[in-house]
Amino acid sequence: MLSIKNLHASIEGTPILRGINLEVKAGEVHAIMGPNGSGKSTLASVLAGREEYEVTEGEVLFQGKELLPLSPEDRARKGVFLAFQYPIEIPGVSTTNFLRTALNQVREYRGQEPLDAVKFLSLMKEKMALVEIDQKLLSRSLNEGFSGGEKKRNEIFQMAMLNPILSILDETDSGLDIDALRIVSNGVNKLKSDKNATIVVTHYQRLLDYIVPDFVHVLYKGRIVKSGTKELALELEEKGYDWIKEEVDSTATV
Amino acid sequence: MSTSTQQELVLGLFEAAPATFLSLRKLGKESFYAQGLPALKSEEYKFTPIAKKLESGLTDFSPAKPVKISANQVKSAIFSGFEGIVLVFSNGHYLPELSNSTEGLTVNLLSKIENTPLGSIAKVAKDPFIALNQAIFADGLHLSIDNKKVIESPILLLQFHQAQGGQVVSPRIWIEAGDFSKATFIDYQVSLDDAPYFVNKVVEIKGGVHADITFHSLQEESNQVIEVSNVVTDILQDSQFTSTQITLSGDMVRNNLSLNLLGSNSVGNMYGLYLLHGKSHVDNHTNVDHTIPRAESNELYKGILADQSRGVFNGKIFVRQIAQKTNAFQQNNNILLSDDAIINTKPQLEIWADDVKCSHGCTVGQLDEEAQFYLQARGIDKITARGLLLYAFAAEVLDKIEEDSLRNYIVNQILKRLGSNF
Repeated sequence: MLSIKNLHASIEGTPILRGINLEVKAGEVHAIMGPNGSGKSTLASVLAGREEYEVTEGEVLFQGKELLPLSPEDRARKGVFLAFQYPIEIPGVSTTNFLRTALNQVREYRGQEPLDAVKFLSLMKEKMALVEIDQKLLSRSLNEGFSGGEKKRNEIFQMAMLNPILSILDETDSGLDIDALRIVSNGVNKLKSDKNATIVVTHYQRLLDYIVPDFVHVLYKGRIVKSGTKELALELEEKGYDWIKEEVDSTATV
Repeated sequence: MSTSTQQELVLGLFEAAPATFLSLRKLGKESFYAQGLPALKSEEYKFTPIAKKLESGLTDFSPAKPVKISANQVKSAIFSGFEGIVLVFSNGHYLPELSNSTEGLTVNLLSKIENTPLGSIAKVAKDPFIALNQAIFADGLHLSIDNKKVIESPILLLQFHQAQGGQVVSPRIWIEAGDFSKATFIDYQVSLDDAPYFVNKVVEIKGGVHADITFHSLQEESNQVIEVSNVVTDILQDSQFTSTQITLSGDMVRNNLSLNLLGSNSVGNMYGLYLLHGKSHVDNHTNVDHTIPRAESNELYKGILADQSRGVFNGKIFVRQIAQKTNAFQQNNNILLSDDAIINTKPQLEIWADDVKCSHGCTVGQLDEEAQFYLQARGIDKITARGLLLYAFAAEVLDKIEEDSLRNYIVNQILKRLGSNF
């Protein structure tokens, strides 16, 4: 489904990603872990199409087609979803209005009829239950004054509404208490199918207790330096990142 | 323009006006002679070189005569869904045959009113353009609302302007609201073509006690128009006055809004939105005078400026020493969409009382790119995302307009401009 080949990206001339290779197949959950500053969030941003990052080398194929030349909106319409680490507060735009606009633009792109108000509302009700989000919250301005947990739940709610093929969760666990973490993970797990895939970007292992990955990759200095199964995450939790850094840095000097 | 040229032109206009209001007009003329058009360095007109604009933009300093307006023109100018009273003007001249009224609202020509109150609220010495209007206006409208009369339907002042060769239009309106009365006015100015002209309008509003008056103004004239508007109001005890000033176009526009809070528990609300493109230059000067204790003023002006447009905001809050327990809030927020757009914004607070709550703030920024990316990342195209964000920014002011037909009309006009059908 997703094939990242030798991806290099930089911001304002500073290289952040230095040759990422990753294959993600339908039905899989991949965790991207790594110390601060290793390029985890950059990878998520580059896949979603954030303009500040310049891709200097490599390519990304999504369902066999080049992803990088597409605008952020076209990526979303093709089924790429980024759950933001810091969801943006947008005063004056209600979540409901915003999502209806988004969903209908996505549907139009996919050659589907727009949803009328009634159908939209019933779809919304169904998905709201998934992340235990209150309708009152959704009629308010998008994320404005939401707690950290509410913002993250809103991200997963939007994901449920847009029904993406590839979901990238960028540090979704940050700022969540244990109950919110459970609710958010539950939502993600329920949305999983053998047709879609999930990339979980996280610093800590604890989210992976809830969203169990098939593969774990460790990112360091802009490269995937180690890949394994979920046991690798447990090892990282126990021993920290230093041993990996040492391993990589010593290899580099040799 | 030299002082003598200015005086010559004003004398010409003065003499062209009818013989009514002679003493009043003489006072206006003399006051104008004493003040002259604002000089380049004039503090009050610092960023708005109106004298220069008048000199280059106007070829003819004669009074604009009324042009013929048809019932169809009136009909097509009125916002869809509008149900209310319509008072039609052509170049500032009232057209009774196209207008209507309602019980409790008395409409008269100013010239029919004995002991005219004109000039008692908008004082000639305050601004040269008030003086100019008073020196040369021909006639105008006197609107009076009975005591205890609540007029539910809005009153539309539909002002058609068309003045070939850059003539001068001098609308003059006096509104008197009785005690415990309530009314909503919509001042709507329409250009009939693209020829330049100069509108110099003065509106005086006298509210009774416990009155609730709303005055909406929509400026959507051609981009050749030079306009100065002075709206001055006296607000008495337990009364509320609300102004919304929406400006969507114009060559150079200067709006002076002055609220005199004269009775305790009075409230003055000032809301504004300017959405500018091309080379439009729009200057909003507001002034609220807290003369008594326990009054409140709220102010929110927002601007979106594209291309080479220029905006000016100056919000003066004056709290006199006696005006304890004053609440005064002011906010001006701007979004600049191009590198060439300019905003000059200045809060100006003069507070002489020591037990007051006053706040002010102004911001100038660009469209939030993070927010735009967030919307795009959900599948919304860039132009719609931009429109959505700008509309959300403007909505805070538009939501203050309770009259649905007017608000919907403005929303549609704005959405067209933002290139989005959201």
